[in-house]
Amino acid sequence: MKYQKELVVFKKEKLNPACFLLELKSEEPLCEILPGQFVNILVKGVAERLLRRPISIHDVDYKTNIISLVVQKAGLATEKLSLINEGDKLDVVFPLGNSFPTEENHPLLIGGGVGTAPLYYLAKTYYNKGIKPTVLIGARTEDQLFLIDKYKTVADVYFSTEDGSIGEKGLVTTNSIMNGSFSAILTCGPTPMMKSVADVAAKKQIPCFVSLENRMACGIGACLCCVTDTKSEGNVCVCTNGAVFDSKELCNM
Amino acid sequence: MDKRLNTTVGSLKLKNPLLTASGTFGFGTEYEDFIDLNSLGGFIVKGTTGEKREGNPYPRLAETPSGMINAVGLQNKGVEYFCNNIYPQIKDKNPNIIVNVSGSSIEEYCKVASLINDLPSIPAIELNISCPNVKKGGMGFGVNKDMAKEVITEVRKVYKKHLIVKLTPNVTNIIEIAQAAELAGADSLSLINTILAMAVDAEKQKPLISTITGGLSGPAIKPIALRCVWQVSHNVNIPVIGIGGIMNARDVVEFMLVGASAVEIGTANFINPSVCTQIIKDLSDYCDRHKLNSITELIGKI
Repeated sequence: MKYQKELVVFKKEKLNPACFLLELKSEEPLCEILPGQFVNILVKGVAERLLRRPISIHDVDYKTNIISLVVQKAGLATEKLSLINEGDKLDVVFPLGNSFPTEENHPLLIGGGVGTAPLYYLAKTYYNKGIKPTVLIGARTEDQLFLIDKYKTVADVYFSTEDGSIGEKGLVTTNSIMNGSFSAILTCGPTPMMKSVADVAAKKQIPCFVSLENRMACGIGACLCCVTDTKSEGNVCVCTNGAVFDSKELCNM
Repeated sequence: MDKRLNTTVGSLKLKNPLLTASGTFGFGTEYEDFIDLNSLGGFIVKGTTGEKREGNPYPRLAETPSGMINAVGLQNKGVEYFCNNIYPQIKDKNPNIIVNVSGSSIEEYCKVASLINDLPSIPAIELNISCPNVKKGGMGFGVNKDMAKEVITEVRKVYKKHLIVKLTPNVTNIIEIAQAAELAGADSLSLINTILAMAVDAEKQKPLISTITGGLSGPAIKPIALRCVWQVSHNVNIPVIGIGGIMNARDVVEFMLVGASAVEIGTANFINPSVCTQIIKDLSDYCDRHKLNSITELIGKI
């Protein structure tokens, strides 16, 4: 079941020059939300951007009925969204999409840039099941990271930065943690990064699940705009068949 | 149900003037979490072709001022799949489920139309001779009055129920095409399909969609759509269904005033999946404010 609800902006916090945290509170109890799912937010008042903005879910707190998002200012609508005030209401459709696998016994989670956001809820899900996952975060520099202490409460966290300002210098694929033994890699980030990660996983002969962020109009499988080409089914909607896919299924991964 | 909102399109009796536009509403079931499908006047399912089509490569979408451009290219699983797998699931969801029929050749249009003709719970088809996103056929039939006449004449022979013909605005004289469609046996006309358009990424110096050109929809095209509906409705003797950037009840009223007997809601469904519920409520309020006994009193006042 999907819902369209008015959620209240409970908290807004700047995380770094590009990203901000949004906590959205529901007056009613939240439905079950899976790690890797996303919300579709209506940002009013931008004539050039009529469509909703799909944003991955960073965290869910069922006690307070709060969904947390990390939003990157990437265009006119997210810029406008960054100006919203605590107490304002947002029209949100959720939860959308499938889920990352949550049954791995030794998963490696790899995030790049703002793609790291959904991995917190994923790591927390594993942690609550008694499995402390490994999280590898890639960024250009240390000041692009966000909420690191929070990730450390539920996972063993490693870093790769292009300038070496934190963790190992270089790309995530060359991080020494990649030499470890894992049951699967679950990743979200820029497509070139996810491609190289999928290559490493293939060499290690372990599954790799990637989260795509194709341009969407509806988010509910109606418009067929956000498709990705798959080996077994041809073009499928990222919003309903994904956003998480087994990398081996994708033609361009 | 507010009986003042009842309207008709030829033999089709609608509980209100709202249909949903093909390609924006999936097979209806995608929207069931958000609206009661039976509250709509009807809904028009995704364009269906003779064989399965993969559609165009990604990216298929670009956002533009007050609108969007799409180039989906009729991705669908083909008419047999629709009849065997989709139809049984949706047939009782609304009395006016309409199938949008597309093709690359007259034979393909006729094949789809004749198979849909056998489905008892589908009272009408919308013949799509106006899709701008396929290489062969599609809009090719809708921009030439002789070709339009030919395909409609042939489909008319195999399709016995209500035949809606969907027109493209990408023509020099839409009245001429509309009249040819009427003459060839269309029971009603729906217009407008999307407007051929393009969007460019100045930074990457590349087109924003894979096919370079696509179809523009949304509020940006509403003034053009109103003009087309007004021109056509005053020059044919069959009902007209208005389409183009309708976002709210006020837009519906505008289309009815220029001659539409019903309307199709398209892009607005993407922005607000429950928009039709709101529009139906607001149309009742409009009837209250303007003391209308029937919304049909508006049709063609301008």
